[in-house]
Amino acid sequence: MNNIIKKFLPQILAILFVVLIFGFLTINAQTNMDNRGIDFGFGFLSQESSFDVQFSLIEYSGSDSYARAFLVGLLNTLLVSFISIIFCTILGVIIGVARLSSNYLIKNSAAWYVEFFRNIPLLLQIFFWYYAALRALPLPEKANAWFGVTYMTVKGYYIPSMVWENLNIFLYCVLAAIISIILLRNYSNNLRDIKGKQIPVLLYSISILIVLPLLSFLFGGVSLEFELPQLKKLSKISYIYEGGISLPPELIALVLALSLYTSTFVAECVRAGIEGVSKGQKEAAASVGLTPNQVLKLVIMPQALRIIIPPTTNQYLNLTKNSSLAAAIAYPDLVLVFAGTALMQTGKAIEIVSITMLTYLTISLTIAAIMNWYNKKIEIKEK
Amino acid sequence: MQTINFLKPNRDNIKNYSIFGSVLILISLIDVISNAFLKTNLTSFLPGSLTTLFPLILGLIGLNMMRIDYSGNKTLDLLNKNINTNNFNALLTLLILFSIIKALPPSLSWMIFDANISGDSKDACTGTGACWTYIKVWFRRFMYGMYPNEFHWRINTAFILVIALGFVGYFMKENLKKYLALYYVIIYPVIAYLVIYYLISGGSFGLQWVETGAWGGLSLTFIVSFFCLIFCFPLGMIFALGRRSNLPVIKYISICYIEFWRGVPLITVLFMSSVMFPMFLPEDFFMDKLVRVIIAITLFEAAYCAEVIRGGLQSLPRGQYDAAKSLGMGYWKMHIFVILPQALKLVIPGIANTFLALVKDTPLIFVVGLAELAGMLALAKTNPKWLGFAMEGYIFASIIFWIICYAMSKYSYNLEAKYKTER
Repeated sequence: MNNIIKKFLPQILAILFVVLIFGFLTINAQTNMDNRGIDFGFGFLSQESSFDVQFSLIEYSGSDSYARAFLVGLLNTLLVSFISIIFCTILGVIIGVARLSSNYLIKNSAAWYVEFFRNIPLLLQIFFWYYAALRALPLPEKANAWFGVTYMTVKGYYIPSMVWENLNIFLYCVLAAIISIILLRNYSNNLRDIKGKQIPVLLYSISILIVLPLLSFLFGGVSLEFELPQLKKLSKISYIYEGGISLPPELIALVLALSLYTSTFVAECVRAGIEGVSKGQKEAAASVGLTPNQVLKLVIMPQALRIIIPPTTNQYLNLTKNSSLAAAIAYPDLVLVFAGTALMQTGKAIEIVSITMLTYLTISLTIAAIMNWYNKKIEIKEK
Repeated sequence: MQTINFLKPNRDNIKNYSIFGSVLILISLIDVISNAFLKTNLTSFLPGSLTTLFPLILGLIGLNMMRIDYSGNKTLDLLNKNINTNNFNALLTLLILFSIIKALPPSLSWMIFDANISGDSKDACTGTGACWTYIKVWFRRFMYGMYPNEFHWRINTAFILVIALGFVGYFMKENLKKYLALYYVIIYPVIAYLVIYYLISGGSFGLQWVETGAWGGLSLTFIVSFFCLIFCFPLGMIFALGRRSNLPVIKYISICYIEFWRGVPLITVLFMSSVMFPMFLPEDFFMDKLVRVIIAITLFEAAYCAEVIRGGLQSLPRGQYDAAKSLGMGYWKMHIFVILPQALKLVIPGIANTFLALVKDTPLIFVVGLAELAGMLALAKTNPKWLGFAMEGYIFASIIFWIICYAMSKYSYNLEAKYKTER
């Protein structure tokens, strides 16, 4: 009897407590909304949004619905996260490896890089790039060409856009190249296991990857043209570049800040991963006659990656969540477009904030679930 | 006759090589330094891009000549081992050295030599370097926000009192030490709250009332992070214990709580506190914006705290639980006297890291209109009398935050090292 009480009483109390809190909040919300004449519902999503978004990956205008505005914001969030993840990985791996260098100067520069960018709040870094550094760039008419065809100006970064003809054929060729590379790998693995013969897979793969798409240009009717940004005079004093793709300064500031900030954490993960592989592994691999490259590829990296990947994914997740700081410099991400502008217009605070939070929650939980599955898969199976 | 092998320096000709190599390196360094500091190009007689590459090539040859294994010369060996193991390393060494030398003069002259600090208006700045006058004039605003100037002593006194009270634990008498946890978890937060409420808010004891809208600057950062820390710790502890509980309902409630807050960005939580929270409060019940923000950040950080504490709980060996149970201790007795004292000691570095993240997150309260340091900067930047000094402002704020965060991370690192050896 005593045991049963001990077991069930706390649980019942906890349930009661949660129900009470939620009930209290719901009743309050109900009365508040009744008083103010707001009704709860998600019908507003299909209404016309009547606001403009200055940067969008998909077609969007003020006559589209709020749901589409939400999609625009979500895509912008994903875009900035994706670009930043690529850059922060590259930087992070370089810095992480540099921290293990035997060169005193490199080691310490990398360490100071990490200490420097990690200890300044991300919001300040974003502000610094956006309001201070990028504002010091030249006006469009005074900009110098970078690499001859791209222009970095105070109004954004202008790059040539690609105009494809028969893009799908090209993509099919790339797909075919990837499939044949996978087949080749399998074949060479089999060959190695059965006959002990090695073929230079990497060399073949690279040549396939180059040759097949190249063939599509020669015979498939694929053509690629670059549309270069051209300087155009708008009025007496204001110029702008037309044609090509323009990356707004908000996006650049955000990508810079996010990738520099997160790269420090990625660097620490990489360092910990490589340090985590015991020295004996390397020596053992060398003593069975593997070349240094093979040691790195077959022995060190698989073990280091097992340590590196989980915390790094966590950092990617943090980066995606941190990309919501975009709202502070008016980059139209999910928070700014939806929890900012749309909320101001509709006044549906509860619905909009919950949708925004749930979206981020879904992204986080999905990636976390994938990570758990992956961790289970690569776990060292001990007897 | 001794033949000089140019490609392979060795011990026999160490003297020639090391002297010749260091002369080459010296020349390359002199070239770069004169280029950067004196703006004179010594190698202008060389064609085109060779001018810029000249010091690099010279330095590489020099370092290559000095690379002698087991030379017997201690300095040379040290040098070779640390910065000159192979050609690639030598190249990187030179590149780093040169870029430091190149970057030094412009940044130094901008920050120090051409900078202005005298005067108290924009006219005092010549525009060639940084305008620290801006920082000087706005300093009090950056530190205290819009808090009235004549009352700044109240903020200072409150902070000194709170810090002093925090150190009481160190000087407590032996027989009172057992109440230390009680003091820090319950009594200290209450006292600190009262001190900050009565001193900074005022309204009684003859102190004028200053509403929270006027609070700001760095002091607000401290107030917010302080309160969030002391409140999120006990809350986090409860959820950490809850997540490890055997009772399924409590366990899943805790998991939901932790995963929910860890899955959303802080900025949406702040939006929630500012636009959604008032809807959930009873009518005629007004809650200050600052209080709402502190509650929101506390709830948010508690989830992270809970995960850190859970890590500590998990790292305790099972034997501790079994031993406590075998002595007939119940759940609460076991946790209060056996488990938590050990686990909490383990998680101090983790908590310090959480606190560090919290301090770095506080500038975000800017998005709901509370002007702490970043917010004050945005305000000062748009002041028509002081346009165009965004760079100085952000550098100043970055330096301040960097010092705070770096000190804290070093401290937490030291703690980690300390507790590692003790186990």
